[in-house]
Amino acid sequence: MGKRVGMEVSIAAAEVVGLCDVDVIAAYPITPQTHIVEHLSELVAEGHLDAEFVPVESEHSAMSTCVGAAAAGARTFTSTSSQGYALMAEICYIASSLRLPIVMAVANRALSAPINIWNDHADMMMSRDTGWIQTVAENGQEVVDLLLHAYRVAEDPRVLLPVIVNLDGFTLSHMIEPIWLPDKEEVDRYLPPYKPKLRLDPRNPMTFGPVGMPEVYTEAKKAQDEAMNGALPVIIEAWGEFEKQFGRAYRPVETYKTDGAEILFLTMGSISETAMTAVDKMRAEGKKVGLVRLRLWRPFPAKELVDVLKRAKAVAVVDRAMAFSTRSGPLCVEVKAALYDHGVSPYVQNFIAGLGGRDVTVEDFEAMAAKTGDGLSKGLPMAYEIVNVRE
Amino acid sequence: MVEIRFHGRGGQGGVTSAELTALAAIEQGKFAQAFPSFGPERRGAPVMAFVRVSDRQIRTREKVYSPNFVVVLDPTLLQIVNVEAGVPEDGIIIVNTKLSPAQLRESLGFKRRLAVVDASTIAVEVLRVPITNTTMLGALIKATDVVSIDALRGPLEKRFGPIAERNLKACLRAYDETVVEG
Repeated sequence: MGKRVGMEVSIAAAEVVGLCDVDVIAAYPITPQTHIVEHLSELVAEGHLDAEFVPVESEHSAMSTCVGAAAAGARTFTSTSSQGYALMAEICYIASSLRLPIVMAVANRALSAPINIWNDHADMMMSRDTGWIQTVAENGQEVVDLLLHAYRVAEDPRVLLPVIVNLDGFTLSHMIEPIWLPDKEEVDRYLPPYKPKLRLDPRNPMTFGPVGMPEVYTEAKKAQDEAMNGALPVIIEAWGEFEKQFGRAYRPVETYKTDGAEILFLTMGSISETAMTAVDKMRAEGKKVGLVRLRLWRPFPAKELVDVLKRAKAVAVVDRAMAFSTRSGPLCVEVKAALYDHGVSPYVQNFIAGLGGRDVTVEDFEAMAAKTGDGLSKGLPMAYEIVNVRE
Repeated sequence: MVEIRFHGRGGQGGVTSAELTALAAIEQGKFAQAFPSFGPERRGAPVMAFVRVSDRQIRTREKVYSPNFVVVLDPTLLQIVNVEAGVPEDGIIIVNTKLSPAQLRESLGFKRRLAVVDASTIAVEVLRVPITNTTMLGALIKATDVVSIDALRGPLEKRFGPIAERNLKACLRAYDETVVEG
């Protein structure tokens, strides 16, 4: 049986990765790194985990090591953040294009300049089109659950794509809270051993990642797009199996008090918990406000999202990163596109909040709801606003 | 839900105080969060750490703005940090000091209830180092009952191993010696 423990979320993440019997962990151990790989290195050094821990000289090398190891048939793991993630980006594209089921935890942090080590979603948005499946956690329990889910999805022969589990830097990565950790037997029951379809093997030589001439590159990218779309039902199925075994339910799009709501917030990550508290407060005051949380960032669950948002009069999309000059944050751009594609047009107000570690409070959510309600009732043009910014 | 703010200096173990409090609460079956004031860590600089404890699942990721209880590990901070900031009227400030509550109130003009203990002396005598993080947990528990001393035992053992017993002793002595204003 698993057990309820008090633990830093990063340590719990390392523990569950260890339970997944990873073969190779490659990581750059210096800032911007978390305790995730530090604890994994301890597990390996102390003999609790039979894996290769490769302390590389950069994040670029960390992902390169994972690519090589995964191509040879190993179960691999790495973790990074912000600037390190940016340095890794080149190889992230290669990992997904080679269809290697690498799993990575990203403690989401701002990108410099100005130098800032705190939490926002700039790095998540930077990696939007790297071709990785991306899930988003709201608390420590979800980090553990989603990492376990990540291996099952990534290695499924119908998917074979790398998976990122996003967790808010500091706000989650450095938080101590109660977490239910599964035991080895439970993990083994959920996660079958990895059986690679194709792998680098001297006895059966093959090439991974050759040149793709103009005659084939387009087809390769189309195949990748289809693989990403085809992953959606497998992701949902793996969450269904997770719920059956562990009792905790996950969906691509999750809702909180959306029944009868006229204004719906859309959030990602740990501010969703603060948003729930704000919704409770506003509901108690008779305000028809609800919350939609995007659990799955890639593949983007457009239809599932529109099915929920179309019931509201107004949507307040809370972005935690900039998309310069578009007058919409990166999440809102996609929401608007999805709504347009499905012929639905609620009033959409976009808020940029929580950049570079700026706190997002219950009061902020109340102010955003009031502003959205005001814009809706007065028929104001749909707006874009950076919350609490000093002019 | 109860919120606690710890004031210390980098290297004094304020973050550990917060962690141990949260771990003890979780051991008691409660819900808790512990987190540092995120930023570049500097030895000796004023730092803070935070705890939330609740009987129900905690669903907020806000910073702590109005802590019910404040614990001051280092008396030299009282001159440079407003440790009373944001504390509601029924809050308690728990201070490592040689002064009595009345003397402390007079010299610094505190408005909230005070609890005091000479944790530096206890730490030096029991632990042989002037690190007051575990000692001040005894004062916190005496003043607030936010967790039980028993629940602290497991987390202390896990954290400190062979010197856990001495830390517990310092904690218990502070519990006995803490003076809480009526």
